[in-house]
Amino acid sequence: MKILIFGACSAIARETAICFAEEGAKLFLVDLKESRLEAVRQDILTRHKTQIEIYECDANDFANHPAMLDAAIGALGGLDAVLIAHGTYPDQQALQLDIEAIRREFSTNCISIISLATLFAGYFEKQKSGCIAAISSVAGDRGRQRNYVYGSAKGAVSLFMQGLRGRLLPSGVKVVTIKPGQVDTPMTADMPKGFLFASAKVVGKGIYDAMKMGKDVVYLPGYWRWIMLIIKLIPESIFKKLKF
Amino acid sequence: MSAVHYESWGRYPKHNPAGVIKLFWKDEIPRLDNIEGSVLPYGCGKSYGDSCQNSGGILLDTRGLNRLISFDEKEGVLKCEAGVTLSAILDFAVPRGWFLAVTPGTKHITIAGAIANDVHGKNHHRAGSFGCWVNCFELLRSNGERFLCSNEENPDLFRATIGGLGITGLITWVEIRLKPCPSAFFYYESIKFDNLDEFFLINADSDSEFEYTVSWVDTSATDGSLGRGIYMRGNHASPDKFKLPDLPKPKQIPMPIQAPFINSCSVNLFNLLYYHKQFERKISQVAHYDPFFYPLDAISNWNLAYGKNGFLQYQFVVPFGSERDSLKRMLRIIARSGMSSFLTVLKTMGDKPSPGMMSFPRPGVIMAIDFRMTGEPALKLLSTLDEIVVDVGGILYPAKDARMSARDFQLFYPQWREFSKFIDPKFSSSFWRRVIGN
Ligand SMILES: Cc1cc2nc3c(=O)[nH]c(=O)nc-3n(C[C@H](O)[C@H](O)[C@H](O)COP(=O)(O)OP(=O)(O)OC[C@H]3O[C@@H](n4cnc5c(N)ncnc54)[C@H](O)[C@@H]3O)c2cc1C
Ligand SMILES: NC(=O)c1ccc[n+]([C@@H]2O[C@H](COP(=O)([O-])OP(=O)(O)OC[C@H]3O[C@@H](n4cnc5c(N)ncnc54)[C@H](OP(=O)(O)O)[C@@H]3O)[C@@H](O)[C@H]2O)c1
Repeated sequence: MKILIFGACSAIARETAICFAEEGAKLFLVDLKESRLEAVRQDILTRHKTQIEIYECDANDFANHPAMLDAAIGALGGLDAVLIAHGTYPDQQALQLDIEAIRREFSTNCISIISLATLFAGYFEKQKSGCIAAISSVAGDRGRQRNYVYGSAKGAVSLFMQGLRGRLLPSGVKVVTIKPGQVDTPMTADMPKGFLFASAKVVGKGIYDAMKMGKDVVYLPGYWRWIMLIIKLIPESIFKKLKF
Repeated sequence: MSAVHYESWGRYPKHNPAGVIKLFWKDEIPRLDNIEGSVLPYGCGKSYGDSCQNSGGILLDTRGLNRLISFDEKEGVLKCEAGVTLSAILDFAVPRGWFLAVTPGTKHITIAGAIANDVHGKNHHRAGSFGCWVNCFELLRSNGERFLCSNEENPDLFRATIGGLGITGLITWVEIRLKPCPSAFFYYESIKFDNLDEFFLINADSDSEFEYTVSWVDTSATDGSLGRGIYMRGNHASPDKFKLPDLPKPKQIPMPIQAPFINSCSVNLFNLLYYHKQFERKISQVAHYDPFFYPLDAISNWNLAYGKNGFLQYQFVVPFGSERDSLKRMLRIIARSGMSSFLTVLKTMGDKPSPGMMSFPRPGVIMAIDFRMTGEPALKLLSTLDEIVVDVGGILYPAKDARMSARDFQLFYPQWREFSKFIDPKFSSSFWRRVIGN
């Protein structure tokens, strides 16, 4: 297996990368900072001997995406699967009156993912095999007043992936939408940790399993499917009053 | 910055930091001298008292520094970031045939936390303390300087930081030596002893044949049964000698409620049942390392069972020569107080010297006793025990302490003045301020 991970320094993605390395997959890790990529590479290499390449790229540097893909294909000699994992969790309060900031968040958490997925789709469609996984979020299932900017960006990603899945079905390319619930990672460092919080390790392993099985949509951990089912069933007239 | 939930294991005393800085990348740690107030690294908060607390100051949460850096499979040398837990090291190393050379009674602590208290385990009589197995580490000082510390390079800082209570600077990464292990399993025996003298008899036979020894003591017993308990001794089990069971599935039960259901009544009952649950004088079995080393880890947050006032652990070492007499005196006082302890541990320590300047482990007999924090009565009882410890030239363990007096600390650790030269001016802890009296 030859895997590209965008946002590979994410705590969740690192755990997925470790699972892939364990089975001997070659990895191409992309993130913002080389020093962090190097630390992640060393961690994975210490656990499992395999080929790991690193590449610095900002998701918002759209012009650089094709070069990044070429570099991955060149370094690994092809690609079998990609995981798009990068993201930011903006402060909703600070954001809601600042349209420029909202655009930036949408660029990072939605447009850049759509752009990358489109690029990878073109490559895999020609190859007639492959797997594109992207980390969306349960936050994308319903617009909550507490985080609707992040939520709507993730919601758009989920819908985009859904459509892409249909398009790529004939070419045998799997499109996997990952919807984690709350995960204990740097992104949620400042949130009080309730009992619903899962570890990055559990979620990262769940992503690996979903990619291996070529699942369509997974909630991680699985109980979030039921929580979100209930949340989606709440009538709008009541939901709009909920402050969470 | 955030201040979510940063307690110590004993949940007494209750101190709140003014803020917390979470660290995730060892090369991107902010300049600490620009921060207002003092700073203190925080690992997993498994120290019982206030040595991992910094009331009104800043805690540096190191658990995000959780990556491995390299592993030499031939020599068993592991290099990793400071916040890697012993549990993560075991997950990594045991399938590769290596084990921690020294481990305390919980695996949910960080490697730097193990260094800062120079922790010891059931094999102290052979392996010495955790610090004996540390090759080197990097120490980041608040002025931004990074020191590589080992026996050869910056040996003073090396010695000061092992057992250095987190105040000589921030450890960013560590290199330790592991030891080969034949499997994830242990052969062990539990032997009942009727009183303290019998403990010493069994112990005399065990230390040479068993790598790991420790005992549980029933503190409610009196008179002829004073100091009765169960002696546990074990060795790594090799698949050539023993039929090994399948690897167990990891599970941890959370403590369901925070309620003080540990009280003197339930403790006495527990002690009685525990002592009598073993009918035979001696049982032997093969067990996975989890139940063997970390029986308490089976229930996460068992400390909540003591209720919101928390509990105190009292751990001391008394030098050989004085041990029988002093232990008996203390056990009598405890039994008479009616405040018996649910978990009391007894072990003899070896003479392998700790590299740390301020290390607690040393030759003698150690005992660790848990008491529910009942306010004045508990504190008074411990002060009475202090007198005996002082009297026989013993010392108390800072990692477990929430209340020793400044006078006693300075008596136990007279080297504290020399050690002070190596303290980073920006670093401090609630414990340190308490025991040096400001
Ligand atoms: C159930 C249980 C059983 C135990 N059994 C034993 C035992 O058998 N033997 C034994 O010796 N101890 C034992 N302990 C105590 C425990 O091993 C020590 O208190 C240990 O130091 C806790 O490590 P921690 O990672 O939780 O660190 P914390 O408790 O959070 O901090 C401990 C110290 O380490 C310092 N520190 C943490 N990270 C760094 C860093 N990166 N750089 C510099 N300093 C740092 C802190 O400032 C503090 O001074 C036990 C504790 C429990 C809860
Ligand atoms: N944690 C949760 O509770 C949770 C829940 C649901 C979904 N998710 C999603 O899970 C994914 C992984 O998040 P995580 O929790 O593992 O958080 P994380 O550890 O903070 O990882 C996020 C990663 O994305 C990178 N990144 C941010 N902006 C980028 C950009 N413009 N270009 C390239 N990389 C960029 C970050 O790099 P830097 O650190 O260098 O900025 C970081 O490595 C995200 O998509 C997140 O939205 C998380």
